[in-house]
Amino acid sequence: MKALKCRECGREYPLTATHVCEFDFGPLEVVYDYNRIKQSLIRPVIQSRPQTMWRYRELLPVAGEPTVGFQVGFTPLIKADRLARRLGVRELWVKNDTVNYPSLSFKDRVVSVALSRARELGFTTVACASTGNLANSVAANAAAAGLKAYVFIPADLEQGKVVNSLVYGAEVIGIKGHYDEVNRLCAEIAGKYGWAFVNVNMRPYYAEGSKSMGFEIIEQLGWRVPQHTVVPMASGSLLTKVQKSYQEFTKLGLAPETTYHVHGAQATGCAPISTAQKAGLDFFKPVKPNTIAKSLAIGTPADGFYALKVMKETGGAADDVTDEEVREGIRWLAECEGVFAETAGGVTVGVAKKLIVSGRIPANDSVVLCVTGNGLKTLDAVVGQVGRTREIKPSLREFEALLAHEDRVTA
Amino acid sequence: MPKKVRIPTPLRKLTNNEELVEVNAATIGEAIAELQRRFPGIQERLLDDTGAVRRFVNVYVNQEDIRFLQNQQTPVKDGDEISIIPAIAGG
Repeated sequence: MKALKCRECGREYPLTATHVCEFDFGPLEVVYDYNRIKQSLIRPVIQSRPQTMWRYRELLPVAGEPTVGFQVGFTPLIKADRLARRLGVRELWVKNDTVNYPSLSFKDRVVSVALSRARELGFTTVACASTGNLANSVAANAAAAGLKAYVFIPADLEQGKVVNSLVYGAEVIGIKGHYDEVNRLCAEIAGKYGWAFVNVNMRPYYAEGSKSMGFEIIEQLGWRVPQHTVVPMASGSLLTKVQKSYQEFTKLGLAPETTYHVHGAQATGCAPISTAQKAGLDFFKPVKPNTIAKSLAIGTPADGFYALKVMKETGGAADDVTDEEVREGIRWLAECEGVFAETAGGVTVGVAKKLIVSGRIPANDSVVLCVTGNGLKTLDAVVGQVGRTREIKPSLREFEALLAHEDRVTA
Repeated sequence: MPKKVRIPTPLRKLTNNEELVEVNAATIGEAIAELQRRFPGIQERLLDDTGAVRRFVNVYVNQEDIRFLQNQQTPVKDGDEISIIPAIAGG
């Protein structure tokens, strides 16, 4: 790490807990010394390290050794042949962050970076504004690190996500409003209290953690960048960081130069970025979210502008799917690959289907789907929609009657 | 009766560290002009070269984003609270 730099005007700032340019409010980003990193970060060195996201630590913004979440990452990259057949594409991979450690979503990647850096900067209280997964991850990782945590969430979140924050002893504040309102409040709180807000004043460090998902995809594919990557979009940050990871590995000679496309997925009930992309615009209009994909329900996406830019630069596309298509996506991924994703995963599968059907992803190409969170957290979204239990007495006769009835139905 | 403007941390160097500033403007556009008269330099932080609100600046009247209202023409009345807030990342 060398400095923080404004993405808009290029002004540089010291490596403190600050997130926006004082001049134009542009987001600050960490600057690295790639020439130096290139000397030491080579394939055999990476391969000799433990299988966690920290095997790429030169490209993650902590000054010393990580102190929070050193077991995070290196989740499975699954060759999804059965889902590939159902979607009608030659080669399909699922990057499975439903089993990320410890809180079952990709957010553990960003949080382990943000909290490690927060400790380096001397913070003892951490906080976040969250649609659920981030709150779970901050609560869990803060507990393990002995940090005090405040998490702010929309009051109407899925019960699974609420319990998953409370259980770790975090202070959970439910805000009567949608995420954008939680965010606005947190921006005001962050300005007032001396806490490390992972996605406010720690954002430049936090956001970089997402790159590890892309680094792992490249390494797990045998050191190559996939032709197509489909990424769910809430603020749009993950999509931009996946591209950055591809650029960095290419620049460092860890993966060969190649053409690739990064596509974005949203839910129709909250699709400001997808709507703008389809209309060919380079700016978006904020919306008020209404979707079961609550983890993606950000109506004013902070990185929406950059996500649109990445899709344009890489020849990627965006699309969005209805709540019904989200549930179908969840079912298909579960039925074909044995992976139970949360609603955002259903969004990603549903949008991949649309992109393949419409030819925006050619049927003969290779695709990676970023599946970012676990289905056990959003049971509310699928309860009663994924089949039902048949109840019988503990009697063989009743079971045989049930089977005989089904034979009649299917015959 | 004045309207209150909540100043975000990055701009408080311009307002002598004042967090709440009172203005008498009738619209958001006028409020920004009034802030500029009292705290020279603040306007170029909020507006781009074309006079539009910068991409990464969000302005709210009583918690409603002005982009859902009438942007800089949005009227403000006595007792209203205007918040200026940088866009922040997702969660």
